[in-house]
Parts: sequence; structure tokens; C-alpha cells
Amino acid sequence: MTAFATAPKLKLAVFKFASCDGCQLQLLNLEHELLPLAGRIEIAHFLEASSRVEPGPYDLSLVEGSVATPADAARIRRIREESKVLVSIGACATAGGIQALRNRADVEDWKQRVYPHPEWLSVLPTSTPIADHVKVDHELHGCPINPLQVRRVLLRALLGTTPDLPSGSVCHECKRAGRVCVLVARGAPCLGPVTRAGCGALCPSLARDCYGCFGPLDDPNPPSLAGRLAELGLGPRDVERRFRGITGYAPAFRALADRIAEERSAEETGGSADD
Amino acid sequence: MPRSPSDGDEANRISASRFLARPRLQELIDALRGRGYRVIAPVPRDGAVVYAEVESADALPRGLRESQAPGRYRLEAATGDRVFDVVNGPGALKPFFFAPRETLLQVRTDAAGFEASETLPETPPTAFLGVRACDLAALGVQDRIFRRGRFPDAWYEARRRDVLVVAVNCVRSAATCFCTSFGTGPEAREGHDLVLTEQEDGFVARSGTPAGAEVLDGLSLPPAGAERVEAEHGALVACAEGMERGIDTEGFPELLYARLEHPRWAETGERCLSCGNCTAVCPTCFCHDESDEPALDGSGAVRVREWDSCFDRDHAQVHGLNFRPHIAHRYRQWLVHKLGAWIDQFGESGCVGCGRCITWCPVGIDITEEVAALRTEAP
Repeated sequence: MTAFATAPKLKLAVFKFASCDGCQLQLLNLEHELLPLAGRIEIAHFLEASSRVEPGPYDLSLVEGSVATPADAARIRRIREESKVLVSIGACATAGGIQALRNRADVEDWKQRVYPHPEWLSVLPTSTPIADHVKVDHELHGCPINPLQVRRVLLRALLGTTPDLPSGSVCHECKRAGRVCVLVARGAPCLGPVTRAGCGALCPSLARDCYGCFGPLDDPNPPSLAGRLAELGLGPRDVERRFRGITGYAPAFRALADRIAEERSAEETGGSADD
Repeated sequence: MPRSPSDGDEANRISASRFLARPRLQELIDALRGRGYRVIAPVPRDGAVVYAEVESADALPRGLRESQAPGRYRLEAATGDRVFDVVNGPGALKPFFFAPRETLLQVRTDAAGFEASETLPETPPTAFLGVRACDLAALGVQDRIFRRGRFPDAWYEARRRDVLVVAVNCVRSAATCFCTSFGTGPEAREGHDLVLTEQEDGFVARSGTPAGAEVLDGLSLPPAGAERVEAEHGALVACAEGMERGIDTEGFPELLYARLEHPRWAETGERCLSCGNCTAVCPTCFCHDESDEPALDGSGAVRVREWDSCFDRDHAQVHGLNFRPHIAHRYRQWLVHKLGAWIDQFGESGCVGCGRCITWCPVGIDITEEVAALRTEAP
């Protein structure tokens, strides 16, 4: 038997923070690989799959969701202490998620407007990624994450090596798949050139423009793409919205969108509204 | 310097030329298929032309042409029923031989250790119809790297071995074309088995190899005649002379090496998205990455190769350090290698002037404009 086959089972935990559960679900979507995986992995904590919970420490913890409450902020620290390797999964965990839209608003004001009993709520003023709170070993991006990437992380954890995850643009995957560029051939406002690969160029393969759910690639250039989107006919407000999507709180997208918002408000106070 | 499209012996050229009326193009396709080739030709798809398998001449982009500009490509209706008026699309021949993603090895582990075996592709004999001179030149460049280099690539060779090329000379150029700068077009000079030049009602056809001659002879075509061959010559000259873009390669590669600190790199680094589209559409770019995908049950692994790009930040990541940390460094690496260091490395330029990097750059960075700026001494 090889060392791989006789290695002790990997103790896996899956935790949920502010999120929709869709990323955890990608693990279950591995379907016909779940049985062989179960032979190598002990699922010690995965409430979406089983109510049986084993105490830590864990070899590998997958953390879904953003930190949105004081309780979250305390819990993620405990999880970090109990985890040898911690991987944040999905746009919420890696970039704060769509709920990070509130980071630019007055949460107290929103609470008053939305809830009949706002005093029952205990929330932080911001929704933030896991890495803002604890050390994260790896990040799986996307909304949702790609099941093939979860598979890779699990396999690499079993081998005790580092997962090889893409750092470049969606365009690499799009061109490798032989797709015709929707931006160049159709003028669609595609965010692929600034968005991290990993989805397999899913949206462009269906002839629609990427909306950046995997967040910015390493060392992206959103200002240059924003200039191009403007040339394609998008007004400043539309360009800003493009970058304020699911991963809008990721620093590179946020910086650009904030800058456009500032320029816009300066212009509006100057008397010329954009829309 | 633009070369004359036809410097061959005129009498020979006339006697070697046949005429294929456009309705008979199907006969050529049938002849190729009859010899056991799958036929790959440009077809309109998703707003561009892409190379795909065809059985019928009706699949070709009849009555279409394209307009290309930096960062922009549109298919448009044209008058007439020409089938090869679209100069090119995003894909060259590269993906057919140097696969975007492929399995190289199958590794099996057991108690005794491990065993690796090559997984060579099984590719049917393939005829390419409608290959442009620049792409033919690029095929030559890749052949010299993958087939005739010090380490011939078995996977490339397996796909490349049984291929027949029907080239098409360009009688119109896209606004992004600059093949005349590298002497690679608009006329196909070598590497083709057959070559066609499209005219109003059909094609002037000539063979380039015995295999091509056999196909042509089988069609029993009438001679093209002096008038058609002269018209062909005129169209090729006009196409070469009408090319809007160009690169002055005088003094390469040394001139580029002398410009490594030019302020233009930083300016272009501000525009460049580092997305890698230029390298993916470039018919000569050959960088790739290899990684191992272990099997779930521990029985082994496969080694996978896929296209990589020098624009990817990880491409220059070595032992925790990155030696091209900024986008400007990566753009400089690509351009200086393509137009300069390639000459030192392989004895020829890595650029064939197809213009794809200009058209398919989402922000329209124009290599011809960049070189012109770099040629001027920094202020």
C-alpha cells in the first residue's frame, strides 16, 4: 500500500457564517465522488450534511460566509484555533459577499427601516471577509465556488501539499475553451479581464458577460477596464454598479467603484447629474 | 519592407494555375473528405469566424466580411457571395496542434512504486481549408519549436503529422493586419499543399506539394488563364500596398534591448489589463503550465498541460518571489520576447503580423503603435 492509501483519515469541518449555503452545497455536488472521499475523509462537522458533530481540532476547515455579527467575530477566532488548515470558500467568505453592500450605508438607519424590532438585532456595521479577522491559508473564490476546486483542495490536503489555484484572469479559461470574446465581438461589458479564473468561463460560454463573482485576479487593472466600459457606452453609474456586485467589497473593485462614486457626487454637486 | 506578392516565373505561374468555379468548391471539400480527411474551415459563430469541421461549403462565411479595430471585431454583411472575405477570427491553427489543455501522462502507483505512461492523442487526418499566409507562417514558427527543436514534442507531433493545408491568399486585409512587415503575407509562400485566391466567380488554384497536386488533378479543373492570374497578381499587390499598419523591425533585437527603461512601458502598464488575451490569440505563443491531478483513490495521477501566459502573475513566481511584479514588467517581457529575444532564441521573429493581439485586446493596445513609441528615444 502506498503512504497515501494508509494515511489516517483527514478530519474535515465545514462552517457557515453570513451566507446562503450554496458554497457548502458544492461539496455535496461532488456526488459520485463523495463515497470514495468518505473513505479518506472523516466529516467531523458539516451541519448541511449531517447533524452529528465531532469536537475539534480539525485538519481542514472550510469556512463559508462573511463575518456580520459580534458573535461571528468571536466564533471565527475559535474555529481558527481549532483548525490546522483554514480555507475560506466563496464570495462572502473571501470578499464580504453581496451583504457587504451595507458597508457603505448607515446600518443603524437600515435596521430602523427594515425591522419591526431593530433592538433585537446584534449586527456589526460591516460584513467582512474571513481574512479580515483571522489568518486564512487558502481562499476559494466564486458565487458559488467551483466544485472542482473544492475537490482539488481536498486532494491536496490529503497529500499534505498546497492547492494549485489560478491567479490569472477568466480570459485564460475563456480562450482555452475556444470562446469568442463577448467584449470585443459584441461590446458586452464583460469583467472577465479583471476577474480571477476558476469558474471555467461559465458566463462567457453561455454568451453572456462575466459579472466578476470570483472577484479580482492577482494584480488586476480595474481602472483601465472601466475606461473601456465607458467607451462601450456605459455611464459612470453603470460602471460603478458593474464593480459593486457580489465581490464589490474586494479591495480592487471597491477602490474603483468608490472613486467613480466620488467623481460622480462631485459632478452632481457641480450641477450635472449623470442619470 | 513589403515584398512583391509575385516574384515567381510568370509563365510557370500561369501554366500551374487552375480555375475552381465557386459552385465547385464543394467538390474540393468532397475530394478531401473522400481521401479520409476531416475538413476544418472558418465558419461564422458567435459574432466571429472560428475554425470548425465542415462537410458543406455552405458552412463557410459566405457574403460576410469583418471589421477589425483595436479591441473591436464585428462580422458584417458584404455584397457578393465570396466565402473567404473574412480575413481571420480569434483562433489560429495553434489550438489544433498545441492543445489548450491536454493530459500528457498517466501515472499509476502501487506497492512497488509508480509507473508513468504517455497519453498521446489520436487525431484523424485533417485538412485545413482557408488558412491565411500569416497563420501558415505561424505554423512554421511553432513547428520549429515543437517538432524540430532539441526536444520534439510527441503530443504536438501526433496532432500535426497527418495534415493537409489548403491556404487562401488574402485579397483584402483587416485594418489590424501588418504581415508585410514580416514578409509573411498576404500571399502564402510555403507550407501549403494547395493555395486558392478568391475572385468574383471562383478561385485561382495551385498546388504546393505532390499531395496537393493529386487533389487538384482529381478535380480536372480548367486552366485559370493569363487574365485571371494577372488579376490575382494585381489583387495581391493591392492588398499588400493597402495595409494600414506596420512595424519597423530595423535593428531588432538590439534596439528593443536598448529601450528596456523606456517610459512607454509604464504608460502601457497603466492600460494593460494583464488578462493574457494577446498571448492566447497569438498563433506563436507557446507558454504552458503543467500540473498533476491526483486520483481520488490514491491509485495515481494524471499530468495535465495547459496554456499559460506571461501576463499571469504566477508565471514569474519563483520560490516565493516574483521577478515581474508589475503589469508593465509583464507587457515588456511579452513584447521584447515576441519581437526581440525570440530572434536570439530561435533565429526568427515570434511575430507574423496577424494583428490578433491588437483586435482581441479588450482595451485595444496596439503593438504597432507601441513599437513606434518605443523606437523614439526617451525624452
